[in-house]
Amino acid sequence: MSVLLQVEHVTKRFGGLVAVNDVSFELYEGEILGLIGPNGAGKTTLFNCIDGVYAPEEGRIRFRKQDITGWKPYDVARFGMARTHQIVRPLADLTVRENVMVGAAFGAQSMGLRQAARVADEVLEFLGLAERADWLAGSLNVAQKKRLELARALASQPQLLLLDEVLAGLNPAEIAEMVATVKAIRNRGITIIMIEHVMHAIMNVSDRILVLDFGQLIAEGTPKEIAANPKVIEAYLGDPKLAERLMQGGE
Amino acid sequence: MAILEVRHLESGYGEVQILWGVDLSLEQGRLTALVGANGAGKTTLLRTIMGLIRPWKGQVLFEGQDVSQLPPHKKADLGLVLVPEGRQLFTSMTVLENLEMGATPPRARPHFKRNLELVFEMFPRLKERQNQKAGTMSGGERQMLAVARGLMAAPKVLMIDEMSLGLAPVLVLQLFESLSKLREVGITTLLVEQNVHMALAVTDYAYVLAHGKVELQGPSRELARDPHVQEAYLGI
Repeated sequence: MSVLLQVEHVTKRFGGLVAVNDVSFELYEGEILGLIGPNGAGKTTLFNCIDGVYAPEEGRIRFRKQDITGWKPYDVARFGMARTHQIVRPLADLTVRENVMVGAAFGAQSMGLRQAARVADEVLEFLGLAERADWLAGSLNVAQKKRLELARALASQPQLLLLDEVLAGLNPAEIAEMVATVKAIRNRGITIIMIEHVMHAIMNVSDRILVLDFGQLIAEGTPKEIAANPKVIEAYLGDPKLAERLMQGGE
Repeated sequence: MAILEVRHLESGYGEVQILWGVDLSLEQGRLTALVGANGAGKTTLLRTIMGLIRPWKGQVLFEGQDVSQLPPHKKADLGLVLVPEGRQLFTSMTVLENLEMGATPPRARPHFKRNLELVFEMFPRLKERQNQKAGTMSGGERQMLAVARGLMAAPKVLMIDEMSLGLAPVLVLQLFESLSKLREVGITTLLVEQNVHMALAVTDYAYVLAHGKVELQGPSRELARDPHVQEAYLGI
């Protein structure tokens, strides 16, 4: 398997706060990589460093063997990386198809409107939104807006897709459908990194998982390894020693 | 007897549903923990119980009365009090002034002196610092003040959101030790807490929330040994 993305010693600070602290990992082509960690761990900030929203203070990002550190997000998108956002913000007064055309037009290939419309329709079909193509994006429900967000990213024909909490706000049936969709996207040859809090889903869908806590990578492994890792358990459930001290103090 | 009962509560923000039918009941005088991973809906549950968010479906019963549609200040007047996440103190007021602000519900006012003695006994540090501006205190002291301000409202039920968040371990221990006092004076408490071990060590009963539903519940001692708690957090 060849390496698609290399993150090398990336650090991002906001004033005195180190939001991402010396994070390094490699991503292989065709992989689904889960990125988990408690609130405020730095997951979205790491995405923002990877796709150029932020320029990291230290470290390098290599994508398709090219050093893309400091590139602008639109250049990164042109080079084959797309993402979805936790808070979906469709262009509410455009139709669903037009929204997806925007993704196509500013993606990996330059294309005219006609070709963008064709790509959009193909993506909408794939994501089960074809019947809604002529609706205004603002009229979609939450699950449909999440799919639209994904459609816009896919229409840019990425090699790497960054998914930021695509399952948040979905009901259990919608979560199952979205998980199936993520797997189907990977089967089309698109490599995926996904941030997720819905643990049973991320454990089920990921080949490998990274765990961030206070900006640092504290664990990396298969879902099984991660679920059994004491550092991860402590990051999620808290320090067990503190409770022991409390009990001893009380007795 | 349950002093607070939540029946099949659903709520969320905008179109996004967070709570998917939560049932919970607080026994009179008991210390109950509410734990669960990020995004499980703990804060949303407290906010919905309090009325800061309107329930979409379901009911909140306080002392047997349906209070689902009452605004937060009416609930506070009845004795249902929330200590919010992030403390939300009046930072330019003194410690004492913050405590006075807590004592505004009519049923709390006659007991001002008694309650003040209680909180100063629980948190001697606040007595020492009563004339200091709240904004100049340390994180741990501010959290003490937030809990104390809640107590000044003479709560029958006190809900505390993320008490130990961002605090040094020593301070967390101090705060938790002071919680046993709440049980002594008969205040029913619902505690949302990040550190599961701590929460299960001090409380009588606990609920584990996952994806907006109660995944597990039981006596805290039993849950402390139950491997399913970890599964609820880590999904395996």
